[in-house]
Amino acid sequence: MRIRPRLEEKIVRAALRLLTLLTVAILLLIVGFILKKGLPAVSWKFITSNPVDMGRGGGIFSTIIGTLALTLVAVVIAAPVGIGTAVYLTEFTWENKITRVIRFGAECLAGIPSIIFGLFGFILFVDKLKFGWSILSGGLSLAFMLLPTIIRTSEEAIRCVPADYRQVSFSLGSTKWQTVTRVVLPSAIPGIITGIILSIGRSIGETAVVIFTAGSALRLPTSLFSSSRTMAVHFYILAREGISMSNAYGTAAVLIIAILAINLATYYLLNKFIRKYS
Amino acid sequence: MKTISIKVRDFSHSFGPKRTLKSISLDIYKNEILGIIGPSGSGKSTFLCALNRLNDLVRGSTEEGLIELDGEDIYGPGVSVVELRRKIGMVFATPVPLPRSIFENVVFGSRMAGLKNRRKLGELARESLEKAGLWEEVKDRLDLSALKLSGGQQQRLCIARILALKPEFILLDEPSSGLDPISTMKIEDSLRALKDEYTIILVTNNTKQAARVADRTAFFLGGELVEIGATEMIFRAPSDPRTDDYISGRFG
Amino acid sequence: MTKIERNERLTRLALLVVAFSAVSVLAIITIFIFSEGLPIMFKYGFKAFLVGRDWYPTEKSFGLLPMIIGSMMVTAGALALAVPFGLACAVFLAEFSSKRARTIVKPVIELLAGIPSVVYGFIGMVILVPLIREKLGGPGLSVLAASIILGIMVLPTIISISIDSFLAVPKTYREGSIAMGATRWQSVRMVVFPAARSGVIASIILGMGRAVGETMAVIMIAGNSIDIPRSILSPVRTLTSNIALEMGYASGEHRQALFATGVILFVIIMILNTVANMTSSRRRG
Repeated sequence: MRIRPRLEEKIVRAALRLLTLLTVAILLLIVGFILKKGLPAVSWKFITSNPVDMGRGGGIFSTIIGTLALTLVAVVIAAPVGIGTAVYLTEFTWENKITRVIRFGAECLAGIPSIIFGLFGFILFVDKLKFGWSILSGGLSLAFMLLPTIIRTSEEAIRCVPADYRQVSFSLGSTKWQTVTRVVLPSAIPGIITGIILSIGRSIGETAVVIFTAGSALRLPTSLFSSSRTMAVHFYILAREGISMSNAYGTAAVLIIAILAINLATYYLLNKFIRKYS
Repeated sequence: MKTISIKVRDFSHSFGPKRTLKSISLDIYKNEILGIIGPSGSGKSTFLCALNRLNDLVRGSTEEGLIELDGEDIYGPGVSVVELRRKIGMVFATPVPLPRSIFENVVFGSRMAGLKNRRKLGELARESLEKAGLWEEVKDRLDLSALKLSGGQQQRLCIARILALKPEFILLDEPSSGLDPISTMKIEDSLRALKDEYTIILVTNNTKQAARVADRTAFFLGGELVEIGATEMIFRAPSDPRTDDYISGRFG
Repeated sequence: MTKIERNERLTRLALLVVAFSAVSVLAIITIFIFSEGLPIMFKYGFKAFLVGRDWYPTEKSFGLLPMIIGSMMVTAGALALAVPFGLACAVFLAEFSSKRARTIVKPVIELLAGIPSVVYGFIGMVILVPLIREKLGGPGLSVLAASIILGIMVLPTIISISIDSFLAVPKTYREGSIAMGATRWQSVRMVVFPAARSGVIASIILGMGRAVGETMAVIMIAGNSIDIPRSILSPVRTLTSNIALEMGYASGEHRQALFATGVILFVIIMILNTVANMTSSRRRG
């Protein structure tokens, strides 16, 4: 049976619209569900007090600190290395075999499952280097995981800077370094920062790496060598062990809000920068 | 008596296997406006970029022969390319303002050269914008983004930008190709005024422009210098038939 | 050479060192995983790992076949869900909706890609698993549950990249087709889709990689049994959850066997990555 093209078009459009709405609805419902169940548990006290009785009571303050500490360590390590690598690849080398290898390596790293980073971090940092379950081990492992993403987004941002800008800068008597730092990087900053912020979002929600490298101590961490629990790990343990469903929902709600806030901030910053520079 | 500022002797250039300039020899005199005409692909822009060593930025760029500026071989060892490029300012066909304010654009090169004093930079900016004929139009809005200027204004900004470096030479690569006749006229007027202080080399696809503005004109074809001489001579009585053909529009 | 130009040389060197260390990270990880995992695979034979059906690591039985099958089933299931829905969304958003709708919906979808996997797993745990148990039987913790949740997790990836691929097709392609009397849908089917094919395939392969690599969500809803799953309602363990579940207390050869699991996982991902690279770069030329 041959359907007339116009009719086919109408049917297809309707079907596609339906599927799209369904998909978006599912995704939104998931967020909505967590927030609905979790927000009641969230209060100022929840955020500022430490977990009590393995998490059955109290709040999530120490996990918030743990999350922040781990993310900080990871970004402080991964960002300079990642941006530096991207700068080197785009500005200081001609495209050749070496750069292709480096880029391929970075892309492969990007696809490696987080559990492998957890495995690696566990054996190298926790065990062999004797850092133990600590923010240091966790931060380093996370940094390894974030590195390829930061390299890739930074590289793209740098490539987007028009070649004309570089040419003009050189013709005005700038050195390579001046051109890179005063012309290329400033124009690439919005893209680079977006990449870093997105990486932060990823590391906040990351569990598999963290649980095997930073451990799951509930106490407030006191040093880089303290073991610490992140919000995501706390949530996972509460949920899986069935310790406290309401606190689990609460933790998830805070987690999701944090991540959504970070993503929104990224979009906002990006738009603002784009407007400023054009 | 005319002083020779730039001596070019048997200068050849290639991008990888592709030969772009074949054994160019000419002199450029101080404070003249030299026009370079010729069809696309004849090496005019490449020649210009050889003078300020901008070709060095392209992978596979090689050159032979001599270019001497004020007695010094610009491709010699120990030559500071950075200083060379400050001496030789270049204006491109499409104006490329940097994504900054007008003021920051004008003083960009000077800042890179190490000038930091805000007052001095301010004076420099005013001086350069006046010489480029843009001061009156922007004096009240120096902090405005340079991207908001019109094409003609942007081009004059680019001229001001290089004037701020107090160069000896100004190279222009088809500076008015995208501009309307009035902006073109303004730029040509500026060039006539500027030649007292600078030596100007102007590449143009528009032979009439060369006839209007240049003291001497050179005709490039296929990477070779076909002939060079006083503009009137080139246009009225060229020695080479190829020059005659190009100028009268039989090809190009 | 001026002083500045001499400093340039140094900075270039410094950046080279930095770039090099970034690369070494990949090398270190690869070497590590393989150096810990390969020896035991050689000792007991690759067959024992790849084809063996019994995973009793404390008794020297390292059969990973159930986990390999588990990973494959769950991934296939996830794609079976994510590809149709994802492509439908991508086509609709790229070809049949206004730019305005796109600027709202696409970021929303990308936002949702940022939701942590543990949250997805949790949703699976409290809503999906009981639902399956009630309506379809079995323990609820199953291949089906994992496939559905993984499918949802992978959706944003497929949608986002596919939309970009569709949008990258030059307008002239569509215009030419419509000028010849085709409807929008016919243009999409016969002109745009083939042109965007490599990007779409790359997005699917990327999604596949994500599904294969997912750990936490799977642990929460797949049941983690070490038997080969008999149906989609059976519980299942994937390669990733195998590592995560036992790493905390494994030692000696048991631990090495987990590294061997990692090796297999690594190889699978590398293959997927290379294929993805080849499909997208063949297009870009």
